[in-house]
This record gives sequence, C-alpha cells and structure tokens, in this order.
Amino acid sequence: MANSDALDAAFADGPAYVPYLVVGDPDYESSTAYVEALDRGGADVIELGLPFSEPIAEGSTIQEALVRSLDAGMTPDRFFAFAEDLEVDAALVCMTYYNLIYQYGKGEGPRPFVERAAAAGIQGLVVPDLPAEEADPLREACDEFGLDLIFIVAPTTRGDRLDRMMANVSGYVYVQARLGTTGARDDVSDQTTASLDRLGGYDVPKAVGFGISTGDHAERIVAGGADGIIVGSALVDVVAEGVAEDLSTAEVADRLEALSRELKQGAERGHRSRTGTVESA
Amino acid sequence: MSETDTRTTEETETARRPGRERGRDDGKFGRYGGQYVPEALMPAIEELTDAYERYVLNNEDGFMEEFRERLADFGGRPTPLQRADRLSERYDTEVYLKREDLLHGGAHKLNNALGQVLLAKYMGKERIIAETGAGQHGTATAMAAAHLDMPCTIYMGERDINRQRPNVFRMKLNGSEVKPVTTGRGTLKEAISETMRDWAETVEDTHYVIGSIVGPHPFPVMVRDFQAVISEEAREQAIEKTGGLPTDVVACAGGGSNTMGTFAHFVDDEDVALHAVEAGGSTLEVDEEAGVAPNSASLFAGEEGVLHGARTKLLQDSDGQIMESHSVSSGLDYAGVGPELAYLVDEERVDPVAVDDDAALEGFHRLSNTEGIIPALETAHAFGYLEAHHEDLGERVVVNVSGRGDKDLDAAIEETDQRDVANAPDMSMFTGGM
Repeated sequence: MANSDALDAAFADGPAYVPYLVVGDPDYESSTAYVEALDRGGADVIELGLPFSEPIAEGSTIQEALVRSLDAGMTPDRFFAFAEDLEVDAALVCMTYYNLIYQYGKGEGPRPFVERAAAAGIQGLVVPDLPAEEADPLREACDEFGLDLIFIVAPTTRGDRLDRMMANVSGYVYVQARLGTTGARDDVSDQTTASLDRLGGYDVPKAVGFGISTGDHAERIVAGGADGIIVGSALVDVVAEGVAEDLSTAEVADRLEALSRELKQGAERGHRSRTGTVESA
Repeated sequence: MSETDTRTTEETETARRPGRERGRDDGKFGRYGGQYVPEALMPAIEELTDAYERYVLNNEDGFMEEFRERLADFGGRPTPLQRADRLSERYDTEVYLKREDLLHGGAHKLNNALGQVLLAKYMGKERIIAETGAGQHGTATAMAAAHLDMPCTIYMGERDINRQRPNVFRMKLNGSEVKPVTTGRGTLKEAISETMRDWAETVEDTHYVIGSIVGPHPFPVMVRDFQAVISEEAREQAIEKTGGLPTDVVACAGGGSNTMGTFAHFVDDEDVALHAVEAGGSTLEVDEEAGVAPNSASLFAGEEGVLHGARTKLLQDSDGQIMESHSVSSGLDYAGVGPELAYLVDEERVDPVAVDDDAALEGFHRLSNTEGIIPALETAHAFGYLEAHHEDLGERVVVNVSGRGDKDLDAAIEETDQRDVANAPDMSMFTGGM
C-alpha cells in the first residue's frame, strides 16, 4: 500500500542511504546547512527528527541532540517551516513520538499533523512508540494525505506481530539491527542477518538501522541483503563534536558531507558485491 | 472525525466492567491505556501479559497463594485499620486510618514490588530493574529482590538521590545497584525513560518492575491487582469494626498505585465517595514558556496524551512536550497518572482534588502531633485535604496512610523552615533555628 512515489523512487535504483539528523540541533540555521550537506553527500531519504522531551527509544547521543534542539526553541510548527525551506533532492521522512502528533490535533487525533506534514513536503513518518496495534488512526490519516507509515521491526519481532506490522507498513521497513536504543557501535550485529532473513518473504524495501557508523558497516549490511542503510547517531555525533569543539557551521557541514559520501559509497560497494555474487552463481 | 470518535462500543463496554476486572483483557479504560512502546519491547509486553493472565488471574502453579503467604510472613499483612481518636474528635467525624505505613519497608509499595519480583521469578527472568522517585518503590523492589535472591538495578534521578539519601542507602544495603540519572531535571520521569532504555537492551532476561499503575498494558491492571489487597482488607475491616462501609475513602495520588489499591474494592460501592488527592505544589497554574508545572496534579490540570507507554492525562505544553512537575513530596512528582484513574475521574466516579505544599506540610505535622504517626509527605497531602474539606465528607472516613515519613525528615525540616507552619514544633531553642 505504498503512498509516496518519492520513497519508492529512493529505493528503486540500488541501495538507499537514509541519514537522520535532529532538526534544530544545535540551532535552526546550522541544522539547515547540515541537512543540505547530507543531501550533497548522497542521501536518498533524509529522516528529520522532531524532538520530544521523553524519547524512550533513543540512546544518549540522540537524546542530547533532542535536548539541544528543544533548548534552541524547536516546535512542530518550526519543524514544518524547516522542511519547507530545505533545498534538497532527497525524500523527507519525519521521525517523532506519538504525543506530538496527537497533541498537534488539539483533540482531533493525528489528522491535522499529517495534513500539515504533507503540505510541508514530508513523505513518510516513523513513530518509534507507536506499535501497529495502536496505529489505525494515524494509518488512515497517512492514507488520506499520501504519506508512508514506516514501522520498525525489532530482532524480537516474529509471528503474528510481524505479519500485522508488514500488512500496515509502506515506503520501507526500518529493520532494527540489534536490541537496545539508538547509538553508534563498533560492529554490526549478527541479529541483522536473522532479521533480514525473516523479512525475505515481504515485498517492501528493507532499510537497516541502529549502530551503523562507517562505510565498512554499510557495505557489510547491504552485502548481507539490506535494501538501504539508516544512519543516525554517527551523524549526530559529528554535530555534537561541532558544538563541543566550537567548530564553524561550514566545517561541520563538510564533515557530514564527507561521512555521508563514505556511507553511501560503502552501501554501493555492498550492493556490487551482492549482485556480483548473484551473477557468478 | 476525531480520534476519540473512532473508538468502538466494545472498548466502552470493556471500560465499564466491574471495578476489579476493568482493563484486564485489553488494557483499555475508555480512551485511556493501551501499549505505546518501542517495537523491541512488544514481545516482552506480550510475554508479561501472558504471565499475568496465567499466574495472577488464573493462579497457575499456586502463584497467588505464594504471593499472599509472602505478603503475610515477609510483609506483615494484614495492616490494621485504626480509629484515629483525636482526628475523629477534631473533625466530628469517624476517621479511620489504613496503616500501610506499617507494612515492611514502611509503605504500600511492597505489595506491588513483591508481586512483580515473584512473577519475574515464575517467568524465569534473571534480573530486575526498576526506577524510583522518592525511593519508596526502589526500596521495596530492592527488598523484594533480596528476599527472592534476584540481582537488581535501580535508576534514580540525581536530584531525587540528593533529596532521599536514606532510601538510596537502604537500596544499597539490600544489595541493589543504584544508577543516577542526570538527564533533564533528574527526577522520576527521566528515570522511567532511562529504565525503559535499559529494558530495550536486556529484555530477554530482565523484568522491569514499574512502580505505579502507569506504563503499557498489563502494568496498570497488574499493579492495581497487586495493590488491591489494601482495599480488600480495608473494606472487610471497616464492616467488621463499624458494621458498615465508609462514606468516604481518601488517598493521595501521584502515579496512582496507592490510590487505585485503596479504591479498587470500593469502586462498585456507589455510595462510597472516592477522593484522589493530588500534589498541588505551589500553584495549579503552569508556566508554559518555561515548560514547568509547579505542581504534580495531572488529574486536575493535565490533558490527554501519550507518555511512557499509555494514553492518559499528562502535564504537557501546547506542543505536547512533557512539563517538569513539582511537589514538596518527590514521591508524587510525576507528570502523568495511571490511565484507570484518568478514566474514573472522567466518569465522575473519583473526585480529584489538589492540596498545595503548605497544606501538605500542615497535614504532616498534624498527623504526627495528634496521632503519633509521622506520615510520608505523599500521605500528608491526604491529611491536608481532610483538614480543609472534612465538613464536605460523610460520617465515616477511611484515609490511607500510604507510607511512613522517616525517609522525609530531612525534606520536612528544610521545607518547614521555609514556611510558617502553624502546628510545626518550635526547634529554635535547640538549634538556634531549624
């Protein structure tokens, strides 16, 4: 039930590179430059984090970024203005928590948020604290305004739950590489392969996230069967270093662009090695 | 169409089931409740739901007998229902005190902690985690974990650690690890978020003992069922001692476990008025600009939203960001409340009231110097309400003394010193001022 052509297109030609940054981290203007740098670095889809004060699915790296953004005055309306002002080729997805979506409706449920997101050029939503069982009202609103609703499949998701989720997902499925919260890791979990195997029978792009921080990780994940990679904490770390070291916006943007290029190229190498394997077989 | 309009008749029927059964099958209380958690936790939630149904509701393997036996032998149940003679005289009303402060550990919290740690044991879990605000839940969990020989880690906001040092010491004495949480303002809501993160990583061998009737289903019903022993006893004791039911039942409300435990067996007695006393802090006004509610009165001042796994009433700003709450009592200092309590307030079955910090401190001193019982600052709010509203109540009132105040003495001294509390002891001759 794909809604957004933009997300379909992002996964159509080779592996998709899906970076994440918190909008407004550390401030609105720098954040605009950073997101545009991801686009120049080869992003196919950009996940824009709209900060919530109680982000229970995030690790410390992203949580601190959310706090920086909130302290700098980020709100849902400023977030939508930000998305409208962006000059990027990549498709845009909003990642946030359900209370913000719900509260935006002022008693009318999630529809007003989705309507505003669509007007701002957002093509999909990821809501980490909204399981498929509670998602009907949001799913209906997304269908009405042509947005994709992207679900996260955990290493522990199996059986009926997996079927229910895959019946509701569109755009791409976010494959959580390992248990726990978000955060860059030194290695890539074995749980990824098992998760991709379980999803093999479902006809929707599989993007793997949680723990990917280098081109080498990206290569291995894509070689292992992923249709895309999602990278958050490693990029947010670059922004955090910029804050800690008082770097210029241009310097941080350059670093983000360079890391993006490395990740995108790693994903492409993984894709070549996978298709090469298929050809030789 | 509004989202609430899309709710089915079936959900409404579920919500209207008899008090002690409500929410057991689907975790919904009208439009409140549910399971809003990261996907990684859903299998653990399903496993826990299954275990709750088997062991708690169906008493598989004699779970409930063992729970009751341990509550009696280790916990010291039943706790008395005591007539408060001086307060009865003062208010010209029969006042009875349900003495949960006499439970092992000094608060009602043990009922739930013991139930959940025992359940974790039956489920084959190897590790316990919990979060704590005032430290009462952490202390109870640490005691239950030591009693049942389970390793235990407790998350506690740094600010609360500084406010509640004796409880931190007690947790460590019982062999638990106490991890300070420094994010946000370092209070209970940040500690809950941090515990959920730990759980997301360790979910396969770890059980998270949530300390109140909050969180995703089945926690709100399960915690209520473990705490319902308070009202089960109180109801029987009231009939036995007085020949009938009370006219009013009063309990303080933070997250709501003590409240629902005290109300559960009275909910179907429609002639018994139920009063949930929230922490009114310094004022019920909120400072939206600063993101601060100088109170913890979610039932009174909160709005519907989704936090920590459930749809309920929350202290939040117009964007949906959760506000920092405040109370003189760190045990009530939480920006949300249990979904069942939110539902019962909407249904007008429970009367939500708020008592400010000053009145709570007066209640603290009054119970201490009239009845010889030093209450927890949480409990003191209920006595603040009694002082202000006794003329509105019937002739036989039960107040739950949810916990004892030893843990709060430092805070009580500090807070009393900042105010002119009429019935506070004069310490000036001993220390040159408090």
